[in-house]
Amino acid sequence: MGLLSKKDAKLISDPLLDNNPITIQVLGICSALAITAELKASIVMSVAVLFVLGMGNVVISLMRNIIPSKIRIIVQLIVVATLVIIVDLVLKAFAYELSKTLSVFVGLIITNCIIMGRFEAFALANGPWKSFLDGIGNSLGYAVILIIVGFFRELLGSGSLLGIKVLGDPIEKTGVYAFGYENNGFMLLAPMALITVGIIIWVQRSRNTSLIEEN
Amino acid sequence: MGKNTDSNGYTIIFATVMVLIVGSLLAFLASSLKGKISENKRIEKQQNILYAMGINENDESSVVFVAKANVESEFSTYITKQIVIEGKKVTEDENAYLIDIKKEAASAKNPSYVRKLPLFIGNKEGKDYYIVPVRGKGLWDAIWGYVALDNQLVIQGVYFDHAGETPGLGSNIKERFFMDDFIGEHIMDGDVFKGVAVAKGNADPKNMRKDDFAVDAIAGATITGDGLSAMLRKDLKMYVPYFKTLKQ
Repeated sequence: MGLLSKKDAKLISDPLLDNNPITIQVLGICSALAITAELKASIVMSVAVLFVLGMGNVVISLMRNIIPSKIRIIVQLIVVATLVIIVDLVLKAFAYELSKTLSVFVGLIITNCIIMGRFEAFALANGPWKSFLDGIGNSLGYAVILIIVGFFRELLGSGSLLGIKVLGDPIEKTGVYAFGYENNGFMLLAPMALITVGIIIWVQRSRNTSLIEEN
Repeated sequence: MGKNTDSNGYTIIFATVMVLIVGSLLAFLASSLKGKISENKRIEKQQNILYAMGINENDESSVVFVAKANVESEFSTYITKQIVIEGKKVTEDENAYLIDIKKEAASAKNPSYVRKLPLFIGNKEGKDYYIVPVRGKGLWDAIWGYVALDNQLVIQGVYFDHAGETPGLGSNIKERFFMDDFIGEHIMDGDVFKGVAVAKGNADPKNMRKDDFAVDAIAGATITGDGLSAMLRKDLKMYVPYFKTLKQ
């Protein structure tokens, strides 16, 4: 990353691994559980959060010196909601099909705690460029986990990836289903998403023991 | 953070100014885009109605509507008649598809109100299709759709949509694998209305039996499925008296 100083590059790379928003900061868990039954939904949500968090962090950072501290949470909420609604309206008018795909994610983005969490923890105390990088870094970290969970849930739960039946047809009994394999319907339900996230947390902390929290 | 931003006066002024700016920005945007958005919605309705009667550009597994540019002409070609049923009275209305089902359902709570029921009659290759709009509740928000029936009241095609069902679970009601299961299902058992239920533990996952009044449910989307069954039962039933007059 020749364009970025070492410190700036860390803002992007840290959240990918050792300061991951989902597994370390425990932000954005609800959406990671709710929408990862399919890989496609995971990817769409990741892109949407990338956009909103990058923009929102910049806006909050620019306003950080004039926001009254007593009502800062409400101000943050208004900024996210306004951004999301503007994008939704513009898409509805000029890219209707795209807006149909994204409409179910609108509510999930506004209430996603990863966005408020980064506003509160970073953008309120740092300049716009740094906040932008922080937003991009954290949403990429969020995306990595969403895509890993989405990959396993769709593969093991529905036997497909991005809607393509990679393991054969479960009803016609082709591919691996010919040998008696069955899809695990439990993978499609939220508890299995929690367990999958748990396994990722376990793997991550056993690779880097300094991440284990003291009791 | 500066000291003066903590005072009550500043906080109130800040909140007021912010609300004014955001409010007027959104109001301006919403009203200036309103025309375009409602035009898009109108086109979508026509596309959905045509989709239900099998006029679409689907390939193997995707859902592809008639292109936006052609939808107007295809709609007037295939939809031969639009009627509004009000109790026993039946009137023809070429804008029946613009009737707001949500408003009608709300007004119908008043017992003296006679609900307007739109019905679209299409003709493709000499066969008549009766397309019924339906609307109900899913898990999080509204679900709606169009059901195309033939004159024997056998489902010929459906289109379902939703405002906010869980992505990857309930949102799959608008996927081909789910909607295609409805084709060929009966809604009447002789003279008795049955509807089509979205059934869990359905012993017929391949959907070979078309007369069991059930299709296979989506795993993890029980409440959306139940809402869909209720929607079909409630809304299709309102049209049964009219269909009975057709049979005679």
